[in-house]
Amino acid sequence: MVEFALPKNSKITGGKTWPKPAGATATREFRVYRWNPDDGKNPSVDTYHVDINDCGPMVLDGLIWIKNHIDPTLTFRRSCREGVCGSCAMNIDGQNTLACTKSMHDVGSGGAVKVNPLPHQPVVKDLVPDLTNFYAQYASIEPWLQTTTPTPQKEWKQSHQDREKLDGLYECILCACCSTSCPSYWWNSDRFLGPAALLQATRWVKDSRDEATGERLDNLEDPFRLYRCHTIMNCAKACPKGLNPSEAIAELKLKMVERQV
Amino acid sequence: MTARIERPLSPHLQTYRVTLTMALSIIHRATGVALYFGTLLLAWWLVAVATGPGAYSYVQAFTSSLIGKLIVFGYTWALLHHLVSGIRYFFWDLGYGFKANEREALTWGALIAGISLTLLVWIIAYAIGAGR
Repeated sequence: MVEFALPKNSKITGGKTWPKPAGATATREFRVYRWNPDDGKNPSVDTYHVDINDCGPMVLDGLIWIKNHIDPTLTFRRSCREGVCGSCAMNIDGQNTLACTKSMHDVGSGGAVKVNPLPHQPVVKDLVPDLTNFYAQYASIEPWLQTTTPTPQKEWKQSHQDREKLDGLYECILCACCSTSCPSYWWNSDRFLGPAALLQATRWVKDSRDEATGERLDNLEDPFRLYRCHTIMNCAKACPKGLNPSEAIAELKLKMVERQV
Repeated sequence: MTARIERPLSPHLQTYRVTLTMALSIIHRATGVALYFGTLLLAWWLVAVATGPGAYSYVQAFTSSLIGKLIVFGYTWALLHHLVSGIRYFFWDLGYGFKANEREALTWGALIAGISLTLLVWIIAYAIGAGR
């Protein structure tokens, strides 16, 4: 449902400004969303100053520096630190991206680096969103090879040309940057599958080895699941892997029409 | 067993930086809604034409007032913007124009074309003396 304002318990109030690190000659200001499930307070935005001469260039480096040197309670997900795992997806300077591949020098034009959790999600703590619904939607498109013909002795074969059809789709790391950038997904995430799950659906619909294309399209033929996409294109702008979910969704919509004529 | 935690909702419109395509999507929806009111205006005009000079003089009084002119100008823009913006969505629904530069060009194009066509219609209207 469309609700432009945040619920009462989600409004951001106050926040602590932490002292600048002693002896630092050059610092960068970070304003980070904080919410602690244990203190019963509303979310807040804390201000930190990172010693950039003692810290790597990426936003994730800055967050790790804060956790190591200023405030060990700061909570966020991270793993690979090279844009492969998708764990550190967050809203940086108003856009969803991976903290590990976004240079802090490319955001905020010298001002504060503003860091928020992925938009319109329940917050577990600080920058950690609850993505249960997102993963359930991914499962609902049945992201595995489905066949009816007997399994071959060796592997399922695919020509180079057919394999190329999966380029721009298989690279998705399910970081949720796209889905949580989408206003349609904000208002209707209970029924609209969102760009990430739909891009994955396209990946299986276009796989030459898959034999459940009809059933897959049947499952998506729904005013909400697929057609809540209004080509707003925030997804394509947000994707840190340079993929284009809006184009993948357009392909799905075209396939829906093609199979009826 | 732990009690259920009331989790806050992370900020969305409050923090997301507005993108061009996002703004134009909202404008497309808004102009679509405005067209309903414009259609009422059109219906009023048609009914007045059918009714006679007395009724029509009310419409004329309205459309020649400053407020009336602004509203009709706004309706012209809503109609033309919704039209060209709708054509842009046709391109996308046919699977074209998804590259970053094409996407931005189509979106700027719709915005500029809508405004230009509106001005053109009004310039022509005044040129042929229909603007009185």
